Amino acid sequence: MSIFINKKTKLIVQGITGRDGSFHAEQMKKYGTEVVAGVTPGKGGTTVVGIPVFNTMEEAVTRVKANTSVIYVPPPYAVDAIYEAVDVGIKTVVCITEGVPANDMMKVYAYIKEKGARLIGPNCPGLISPGEAKVGIMPGTIVKKGNIGVVSRSGTLTYEAIWALTLADMGQSTCIGIGGDQVIGTNFIDCLDAFEKDRSTKAIVMIGEIGGSDEETAAKFIKKHVTKPVVAFIAGQTAPPGKRMGHAGAIISGSSGTAADKIAALNKAGVPVAGSPTEIPDILKDSMKKAKQKKVSTKTKK
Amino acid sequence: MKIHEYQAKEIFAEAKIPVSPGEIATTPMEAYEIAKKFNQPVMVKAQVHVGGRGKAGGIKYAENAEAAKILAQQILGMDLKGLTVKKVLITQAEDIISESYVGIILDRNTKKPVIMVSSSGGVDIEEVAAKTPEKIFRLYVDPIEGLKQYQARNLAYKLYRDIKQVRKAADIISKLYDVYWKVDASLVEINPLITNTGGEVIALDAKVNIDDNGLYRQPVIATMRDLDEEDPYEEEAREGSLSFVKLDGYIGCIVNGAGLAMTTMDLVKRYGGEPANFLDIGGSSNPQKVVSAMKIVLSEPKVRAILINIFGGITRCDDVANGIVIAFKELNPNVPVVVRLTGTNEKEAAKILKAVHLPTANTIDDVVKKAIELANLE
Repeated sequence: MSIFINKKTKLIVQGITGRDGSFHAEQMKKYGTEVVAGVTPGKGGTTVVGIPVFNTMEEAVTRVKANTSVIYVPPPYAVDAIYEAVDVGIKTVVCITEGVPANDMMKVYAYIKEKGARLIGPNCPGLISPGEAKVGIMPGTIVKKGNIGVVSRSGTLTYEAIWALTLADMGQSTCIGIGGDQVIGTNFIDCLDAFEKDRSTKAIVMIGEIGGSDEETAAKFIKKHVTKPVVAFIAGQTAPPGKRMGHAGAIISGSSGTAADKIAALNKAGVPVAGSPTEIPDILKDSMKKAKQKKVSTKTKK
Repeated sequence: MKIHEYQAKEIFAEAKIPVSPGEIATTPMEAYEIAKKFNQPVMVKAQVHVGGRGKAGGIKYAENAEAAKILAQQILGMDLKGLTVKKVLITQAEDIISESYVGIILDRNTKKPVIMVSSSGGVDIEEVAAKTPEKIFRLYVDPIEGLKQYQARNLAYKLYRDIKQVRKAADIISKLYDVYWKVDASLVEINPLITNTGGEVIALDAKVNIDDNGLYRQPVIATMRDLDEEDPYEEEAREGSLSFVKLDGYIGCIVNGAGLAMTTMDLVKRYGGEPANFLDIGGSSNPQKVVSAMKIVLSEPKVRAILINIFGGITRCDDVANGIVIAFKELNPNVPVVVRLTGTNEKEAAKILKAVHLPTANTIDDVVKKAIELANLE
């Protein structure tokens, strides 16, 4: 069990003949993901590590059965690739590409909502449901099957947190990187909601960073709708205002989007915030223990 | 990317948004000539990428060409919030009747462009928002449908009563919305939008910020980048596809990934040190990136120790290790360097690193603590 991707995932790789696309197509296949096709205009009829390549998404979906696509095409073509996937009926689109113009993404966001498709990213590492499927670029070697859901705006910081969990023998149901841009298709609350509903997920790790107010929105959502233990980490406490910290979305504008505000909002919602990613497993264990005791005590009261 | 007021006004003028005539001067004599040509009172406006130029003394009124020359002399070379003024905009002065505000930004919550208008213009809009939020009106525009004429008119009615001025302002708002999309802006702002004694509605100031991700398709805008306004090392980092932000501390940080780089800085602070910088070498494994990164970090004299923190995913640790070895040969760093390489090909990396005998660490916490320890010994 997992969220968004699982054993039933049938994946098309858009931009499969590029350097990143071909490398990761192979990695995903090796991990056990069912990669059914690749698409690169002008390269139809060829194969990449045994995966058939088509010129268009339209052709690909008439020849193979697919429900998910992952995009590795360069920024000038990424938005079009998203539209192409959504228009042939793909319901889960993962865009890895970094550098997509934010204004384009506003239009894409409105479009996918209207079409009822899910977009993850852009500028994200994708997601992995250990033992089931991997879509994107997360290293399969650091994950372990289990019941912790991980959601993050970051890439390598997510790996750090996952690795800490794995070392503590706390496996994961799904690890998802939602992306570091200002406008992304899937937000914290979408993932929190999915993890809450997912039976195999027992607790959630949420990794945020400076910029925007998605963490604050998530804190309110957790307080109202999430019954499973959540532990958070927020990056960028020492980031100066007005500077873009690598991610396009990681910027403190004026006085809004600071780490301090986000930590305060999460604490207020009862979510403990770790001081270092390596502290996450212990805090999570503690929260899970408390949640269990609470359950037991409410049962005895009854 | 930020651009200057005069460049933003060029964009406005091309979009037929009314602006007062003006020209750029880099010397007091040029300022004199321009003012003389206008043959009327002018404003001398410092062109630097900071807000609040007026309050800081960077915008002055000149009665005539002689006065413009003297004021230009004062303003050129002036330090405005850490930046040196190298250009002034000489623009015709206006008789101002009213000042209002019009701005468009991307609203991250709704994922729509939001147009903000206020009849309280000419002052810091964040201050208006904080003190008198009821004076700001917002319209969230459907990015696919675009701005409708009546919506622009409704906003204009928040600023003016006279129908002639309402029409003019509505037209300006519509054109500003088009500019926002056309140049891949992340912000367009007119503060203040004024009415003058002649009943005209004019953009007295202009601010345009560009989304860096849109620059690839904005060749004209890309040439507007003013390197004088940017930190030379941030510029060098950008050229080398690194992401770098200078801070005030003494622990140099070289990390892969923005989130991990921020976290590394945070931990430096947490364990009692001060980070010297944010530096993300990005996702690819080019050893040359490590060399560039090391060069940039070493160029800061305050740096007393450097930590390299890599969590290999796509980035291969052996590539980074090769980069470290090259960097040591080329740059011969005079401060201690501590390394933590975890993930893809970490064993190969450890072998390569033997060539340079560096202290290493296994976790993110350890690499930070060790770097602080070594810096304190220096």
